[in-house]
Amino acid sequence: MPIQPLLDAETAARNMAEKEPRYAPQEALIEANRCLFCFDAPCIMACPTGIDIPSFIKKIANKNPVASARTILTANVLGASCARVCPTEVLCEGACVVLDLEGDPVKIGRLQRYATDYVFEHRIDVLQAPKQKNGKKVAVLGAGPAGLGCAAELARLGYEVTVFDKKKAGGGLNTYGIAYYKMPPQISLDEVKMIERLGVKFKYGVEIGKDITAADLEKDFDAIFVGLGLGGANRLGIPGEDLPEVVDALDFIEWIHTRPLHEVPVGRRVAVLGCGNTAIDAVTQSKRLGADVASIIYRRGEDDMPAYEFEYELAKNDGATFHFHTIPTEVLAENGHVKALRLAKTELRDGKVEIVPGSEWVEEFDLVLKAVGQEKQTGVLAKLFPKLKLDAKGRVEHNPETMETSLAKVFVGGDCANGGREVVNAVAEGKKAARGINAFLTKETVVGPVQPSRHGIKGGATGSGFNKPIRVPELLAAMAK
Amino acid sequence: MADLSIDFAGIKSPNPFWIASGPPSNTAYQSHRAFEAGWGGVVWKTIGDPIVNVASRYSALNLGGQRMIGFNNIELISDRSPETNFREIKEVKDRWPNHAVIASLMVDTRERWHEFVKRSADCGADGIELNFGCPHGMCERGMGSAVGQNPDVAETIVGWVMEAAEIPVIVKLTPNITNVVYAARAAKRAGADAISLINTINSITNVNLDTLTPEPYVRGLSSHGGYCGPAVKPIALNMVQSCAADPEVGLPISGIGGIGNWRDAAEFIALGSLSLQVCTAVMHYGFRIVEDMNEGLSDYLDAKGYKSVAEFSGAAVKHLSDWKYLDLHYKRVARIDYDKCIGCNLCYIACEDGAHQCIDLVDPAPYGLGPGRVPGKPVPKVREEDCVGCNLCSLVCPVDDCITMAEIETGREKMSWDDYQTRMARGEMQPIPAHP
Repeated sequence: MPIQPLLDAETAARNMAEKEPRYAPQEALIEANRCLFCFDAPCIMACPTGIDIPSFIKKIANKNPVASARTILTANVLGASCARVCPTEVLCEGACVVLDLEGDPVKIGRLQRYATDYVFEHRIDVLQAPKQKNGKKVAVLGAGPAGLGCAAELARLGYEVTVFDKKKAGGGLNTYGIAYYKMPPQISLDEVKMIERLGVKFKYGVEIGKDITAADLEKDFDAIFVGLGLGGANRLGIPGEDLPEVVDALDFIEWIHTRPLHEVPVGRRVAVLGCGNTAIDAVTQSKRLGADVASIIYRRGEDDMPAYEFEYELAKNDGATFHFHTIPTEVLAENGHVKALRLAKTELRDGKVEIVPGSEWVEEFDLVLKAVGQEKQTGVLAKLFPKLKLDAKGRVEHNPETMETSLAKVFVGGDCANGGREVVNAVAEGKKAARGINAFLTKETVVGPVQPSRHGIKGGATGSGFNKPIRVPELLAAMAK
Repeated sequence: MADLSIDFAGIKSPNPFWIASGPPSNTAYQSHRAFEAGWGGVVWKTIGDPIVNVASRYSALNLGGQRMIGFNNIELISDRSPETNFREIKEVKDRWPNHAVIASLMVDTRERWHEFVKRSADCGADGIELNFGCPHGMCERGMGSAVGQNPDVAETIVGWVMEAAEIPVIVKLTPNITNVVYAARAAKRAGADAISLINTINSITNVNLDTLTPEPYVRGLSSHGGYCGPAVKPIALNMVQSCAADPEVGLPISGIGGIGNWRDAAEFIALGSLSLQVCTAVMHYGFRIVEDMNEGLSDYLDAKGYKSVAEFSGAAVKHLSDWKYLDLHYKRVARIDYDKCIGCNLCYIACEDGAHQCIDLVDPAPYGLGPGRVPGKPVPKVREEDCVGCNLCSLVCPVDDCITMAEIETGREKMSWDDYQTRMARGEMQPIPAHP
């Protein structure tokens, strides 16, 4: 049976509403007043974009959300979406000293959302680009978080920036690939509009390497930023993989973002293959769109899954089920449609996941979502820049300070450079690349914004997370030593 | 169990907690409720010739989400007639014979003072409090703080009152004066039985940044209000102690100013108060707060071995002296407990920018990491040889007992500024070198 939408509009909208309501002004004040206004605050060190978090919180406490948003967006142009999609538990909030004092960190993400929502809702532009451009042009490939981070920073530095993307709208995964209940796509689209108002030009429906070639780019632009992200889901390599109800989890999430919620087809019994954060997004949204059963199928154990602990809890609360140490061996069909999965138990042998002989069984599913990791864009990159050096894992080789690649004029950032990390890492790398491009074209360096006194202190402060981010798991590991 | 009852200049009260003259002591109804809740006395809202009030009347200072850390008002004395007030005082005394009811008075002429003093005694009031402190409205008419700010005038008027007084007279002092002790001495010279302090402080709590009109707002204008509440406690304690320590004053003191709980009360008593008056805290939370005050004070006196409030009163007065008697050779330094340190580094920046630059940020490696410390993030380290022992870092530290001030034995005998000047004059020592 082909899959169909399962819910009426009202129920679908209710189930997919943002998981946390926006703070009311007084809630924001109370929360903001919990911040200790640390000197060289650990939260800043844990923020890859180096937002001066205590300052923006202080501005909320002092009832100036516009200035607060200015602090946020100056450091991170996608501050509104990062406020929703950042894994704050392992970034700023995980490093918050109030966590140690009170057992509960300052809710930095929700405060950031409060301030950024305020300026978007009141249509206040806190970022400005110089009216007089510097006459230099930069092409940005990909309108995802890395491309936007780079484009906005360059525009603010006076560059003429053109962003190319194959989709119909900008924002990349923020617009098409985030769980709806974490962030409705309009937030991301509003961010793109804000960047347009900085003077950045966007060209959509452009396929890189086909509609536009490296020669065109090199001729028309002084520098090129590559922020292509990742490609489609990895192949499973099992029979039945090409049946119509075997779908990339990210494509399924894109349906949710491009159709009315009550028109998104979903299976009654959904299998999600993989157990990363995209798998969680897929399984929870399947449940919320009316699936009777939504199961994670993961070849390793509970302790191995890449998904964050809080994501796992969220999925369990949504009623998702988990099959650990389980692998699909075949997608079974009936009348050309997915009917079931043949599954097998796995075990570790010499560190490798192996099927337990004779453990196979069949379980009925009508939709199979693949969240087993995404392919690198090696093909596109090779076609566009045949001489661009990639590492063994298919990532573009680059200087981590300037984001320069092996090719002159070509800079990189985001998933195609880091292999797939958070939105906030992509924005930070885009911004870093913008500064790298600026240094390359003008020989001038841009620093900040972080409190200048936080640098060069006797004994050496770590500085902001933009220069040298820390992550809480790394922090905990260091403490355990 | 310690005895909480007091005999305040002849006014007997089952406990030292009185409702201060103000909105909570406006009516018999409120007094009944106060006594039912456990208050020992009520100082009636000031009685005088009829006045007219405005709307609005109160405003507040909030801080960090905490409401009413400071409070002000432009409300005048009772807007009820003297007849009504005296009748209701009698009604309250009839029902609560063992509780203290004190009539607060404010009139102008000698004849009116005589009349109101007599009427207070006639209605059964246990005492009289002279309102020489109200800093708004009434002072423009030559009363309230206009009296209290001029010791000679205050002395004259207390003299008038004493001519007619048959019950104890308390003079309520204004803090809006250069040195409150002069006013207290004037009250003593004129024969007053006790003093109470502080009345409210001249204030503007805030300006509305849209209308540019301060609060409380009265059709486009505001007026200077009387400031009180938790934020005024340090000012009140200072003035109470100054009067308690002055050898010429020697009067029982009713302490007023920001008292909201038993700890505040104990501090006021320790610095020389015998009774305590509370208004703002009741305006915030109601009469019920007295339950914890009575219980807490009783427990505290028991724990410290005091048998009565009177025995405890003034116990801390001797621990204040003029600066010139402080020991210049005493040394204390800040010590950081790295097991408790959460890494906010507020101590560092406070010392660096705000005090004496005696804390360094250093490599954390040799120090134990406290909870959640970011690896590699520098830790604050006090340079004890340079630390002036100012306390600032320990005050800004958000973690209890993380930064403590440790006494350092210098081996040098006590030397005050006074001693220092004497020894220099005798040629026994050279000047101490100035700080670099």
